[in-house]
Amino acid sequence: MTDKTAPSDASTDTRDAAPGEETIARNEPAAGVPGYLLGYGLAILLTAGSFVAARTGLIYQPAVISALVVLALAQIGVHLVFFLHLTTGPDNTNNILALAFGVLIVALIVLGSVWIMDHLDQNMPPMKPQQLALLARCPAERLPGGVGDGPCGA
Amino acid sequence: MNDHFDTMPSDITAGSARRDPYMLGRSSGLRDGRSRQEGATGRGEGGPAPKFVTVTYGFWIFLLSDIIMFSAFFASYAVLVNATDSGPTGKQLFDLTRVAVQTGLLLTSTFTAGMASLAIERRSMPGAQAWLVVTGVLGALFLLLEGQEFITMIGENAGPTRSAFLSAFFGLVGCHGVHVGLGVLWLGTMMAQLWVKGFRADILRRLHCFGLFWHALDIIWVAIFSLVYLLGASQ
Repeated sequence: MTDKTAPSDASTDTRDAAPGEETIARNEPAAGVPGYLLGYGLAILLTAGSFVAARTGLIYQPAVISALVVLALAQIGVHLVFFLHLTTGPDNTNNILALAFGVLIVALIVLGSVWIMDHLDQNMPPMKPQQLALLARCPAERLPGGVGDGPCGA
Repeated sequence: MNDHFDTMPSDITAGSARRDPYMLGRSSGLRDGRSRQEGATGRGEGGPAPKFVTVTYGFWIFLLSDIIMFSAFFASYAVLVNATDSGPTGKQLFDLTRVAVQTGLLLTSTFTAGMASLAIERRSMPGAQAWLVVTGVLGALFLLLEGQEFITMIGENAGPTRSAFLSAFFGLVGCHGVHVGLGVLWLGTMMAQLWVKGFRADILRRLHCFGLFWHALDIIWVAIFSLVYLLGASQ
């Protein structure tokens, strides 16, 4: 197939690892069946921890969100190490750099949106009573500004 | 230019080849005919990477961009989570028992996908097909529960048109569900291709990409069950 056009294996650089390659972790504790079992066990523990944090009064209520975020990040780390076999080895540099850039963009989008929209929310002037009354009286599709006369448009 | 330098072991690496599996600090040995195993890794000095690496790396980039798309859904959900328009809130709607079962199903399916990948590594056709079937069945059960949840919510007048909160919820969770559904279809295709064509190089690449996709879906679900369901139900 298209493999014929690819350089032969003799001329290629075999020192870079594909993301998630099983052979990456051959010399690591995260290798093979024991590695997957360890990751599975850790993920179950962290999931159970999240449910306990959210469902019981064990954690001070305003701190539950922090506990959930930390447990979720820890579990994502477990998945990356034990299932996707990311390592800090130099054969993984490209994979880690791509991931780091992805994490940067995700953080910008999520934290930036929450930050900006929260400020917008606080800076909006409260509705005047007559605006509230108008909203309550008019169906959403017939707000003033539409065609016709009267408080609700035509 | 560097030939002289290349032939001289540096102080750092002298005599440490066995303790240095990644050939750190070694420049390319290709030009003077030495083994390519001595080329420094991760620096593009040893020639083009094998197709297996370039294809799966490209798929890795796609997965990261997919996660960035999900982050936009997460951001809109976080912004709109309180915009319930006097309608039902997450605390009233979310059934955490079902979410716990869904989480267990998807986590187990990501584990069995790993077992399938090890069976493929061993070139074991029965093992690979068996673990892939288990993975697909677990994914389908997950989808079944999610469909049941959506139908129940829409039946209670809590569909995506009820409030901005519910639009964001159905958008985010539904987008993940669509990914799982496409993943199950892809999985069935790969099982058929593996059965008919065997452990060919192109089939191995596709199976590896599928494994990456499936693990990434579970990572997204971790964020969904923590930050949507558990956080929503605890407030």
